[in-house]
Amino acid sequence: MSRDPGLQPERTRLAWRRTALALGIVAVLIVRMSFPLGRAAALPIAAALLAWVTGITVAYREGGRMIEREPAAPGRSLVVVALLTATYAALGVVLVGTSLG
Amino acid sequence: MLRSIRQWFDPHAVRQVGSTPDYRFSLANERTFLAWIRTGLALIAGGLAAAQFLPPLPLPLLREGIATALLVLGGAAAISAVDRWNRAERAMRLGEDLPASRFPAVLAALVGLGALVLVAAVLVQAVRGR
Repeated sequence: MSRDPGLQPERTRLAWRRTALALGIVAVLIVRMSFPLGRAAALPIAAALLAWVTGITVAYREGGRMIEREPAAPGRSLVVVALLTATYAALGVVLVGTSLG
Repeated sequence: MLRSIRQWFDPHAVRQVGSTPDYRFSLANERTFLAWIRTGLALIAGGLAAAQFLPPLPLPLLREGIATALLVLGGAAAISAVDRWNRAERAMRLGEDLPASRFPAVLAALVGLGALVLVAAVLVQAVRGR
């Protein structure tokens, strides 16, 4: 099997991994910001960790696609990752709001 | 608008037009999408960090305002990334020019503006603290 000399599949797999790492950093920041909420913190913490696990699962599945000879276009994963990111943004806005009250 | 949103959730819709481009072009489009997602995540991380680590600023609610603006911008970057990927994929399949977007310019202007506001706040604080 001839490899693409530009290593495009490898670069794309690593781009998915970086994205999973970035999701993790944001998840940790949300967990940290939830602590002052006491028992109610369980909700945003669970949401952040669930989103992270989902993101890692999607990222590694899409990265695994890269061993194909000519990887096909991604499916719904892109919109899933975008929605996870938007979920983090929404969680952050809610946490900023609760920090005021 | 609504049709394009429906297309985001239907990965097969975009494949019904034109012909499949060289897979490397599609991978480049995918990496661009991921780079935008990470840009969005970086903005969100910046917003969360501003809310948690910035000391109180001279203007009340300025810290919360900056944090919220960064969070909203990050979410918008992620959503616009899906649209951008879809439009680029469609253009490549049809052999058209890649779509242009105002989003990068708007994002740059807003981030620059936010930085200026923060610089002003820091200077005001420094002058008052003396």
